[in-house]
Amino acid sequence: MFEDLIYVLGKYHGWLYDGLLLTLQLLVIAVAFGSLLAIPLAIARTSKNLWVQAVPFGFIYLFRGTPLIAQLFMMYYGVGQLVSNIDGIQDSWTWQYLRDPYWYCLLTFILNTAAYVAEIMRGGINNVPSGEVEAARACGMTPATTYRRIIFPRMWQIIWPAYTNDVIFTLKATSLASTVTMMELTGAARKIVARTALPYEAFISAGIIYLIIVYVLTFGFKGIEKYLRRNEVREADKKPTVKIGVQA
Amino acid sequence: MFDLYGRGWQMLDGGIVTIQLCLTVLPFMIVIGLLGASAKLSRFKALRVIGESYTVIIRGIPELLVILLIYFGGTIAVQNIAEMISGAETRVDIPAFWSGVAALALVQGAFASEVFRAAMLAIPKGQIEAAIATGMTPTQIFRRIKLPQLWRFALPGLNNLFQVLIKDTALISVVGVEEILRKAAVGAGTEKAPFTFYLVAMLMFLAFTTVSLFAFNRLEKRASRGIARA
Repeated sequence: MFEDLIYVLGKYHGWLYDGLLLTLQLLVIAVAFGSLLAIPLAIARTSKNLWVQAVPFGFIYLFRGTPLIAQLFMMYYGVGQLVSNIDGIQDSWTWQYLRDPYWYCLLTFILNTAAYVAEIMRGGINNVPSGEVEAARACGMTPATTYRRIIFPRMWQIIWPAYTNDVIFTLKATSLASTVTMMELTGAARKIVARTALPYEAFISAGIIYLIIVYVLTFGFKGIEKYLRRNEVREADKKPTVKIGVQA
Repeated sequence: MFDLYGRGWQMLDGGIVTIQLCLTVLPFMIVIGLLGASAKLSRFKALRVIGESYTVIIRGIPELLVILLIYFGGTIAVQNIAEMISGAETRVDIPAFWSGVAALALVQGAFASEVFRAAMLAIPKGQIEAAIATGMTPTQIFRRIKLPQLWRFALPGLNNLFQVLIKDTALISVVGVEEILRKAAVGAGTEKAPFTFYLVAMLMFLAFTTVSLFAFNRLEKRASRGIARA
């Protein structure tokens, strides 16, 4: 068993390494752009106007209610076919990008992440203490300033643990790219199995690499959480002071 | 319009397989979850370590990888065991359906053990003490005090898990189980209409997750009857 593991790692570690890089690339781009897209969605979702709410609600409902792998196939095969039917597109310079599964994967992961993160952010925005928002308004802040200075910093504090979970979810979701021929970590492992017929060695190696990524991510995100909650730590360190002017 | 190039029935068959998958995994998931939760809350350190490492490992690995590992690795393992027992070269084939069920139960069981652990901790200690004081045996305490409340505390988490389970069954199409997505892929390939078939598949999944959401909400209401609402 161990000879086989050494054999697999010795001969195919290059594939796993390239797969790791692609996995990380997909993860970072999907999380970054997905979170950016989630912000307007979450704001619209918390709107009091039903019509403004409806669009992000439909989007979030569709993407959270269907399997990611179905979305990916829909995008790559379904939308891909519609695109390829456009007259003359196969001769244009964009065709080399439009037939590459990479862009379809990225687009699907970004939209999917956006839907999940928007739902988390909606909860965060709703849980910002209303007194703080009212205070901001009383100070004369514009809605944009209120969002920037009060609501968003609070929201990130509130949602960070759930957001961490979602980033890990997205990491695991990138493994689906292997179903549309992408050579990320799972794809590389599948290729090794196809070449060597050693499923344990290849899949467990990939699994351990995933576990290491999850461990590093969890560790890093814990550190950021401490940074986000720095004001609370400071308050806890304060010496107890006599409260003045509190209504008896 | 709905006959989908004459493949509408095929899609419905796929839907039935998806439902079968979900309902087959569900009991295994609950049993593994309860066992995992008990292990994590056990007095014995060894059991706690096993329970914790099971969840940590499974939660950090993509579901697809677990499915592939069990599908490809499971066959070899069973074959080796069979050869050890019979002493002769044997060929074993695990049906893709059951290797898929095993993989999903393993994955969802890890998440369920977290749900049940939280639910067990949510039961007020005073009630257990009161039960002991009235002279109930541990089995009676579990049946009369813990189980009815466990159900109530765990339902929201299980609701979530069942949603994830419905969506995860689509992954089993990768190893060839004829569920919705696999049927859609076959239809998309032969009829050259991927957009239509995947759209139908997505709408079917959407219908399933919606129905499950409503059903669990009903159950949650029923489970919390008699509880004062704040």
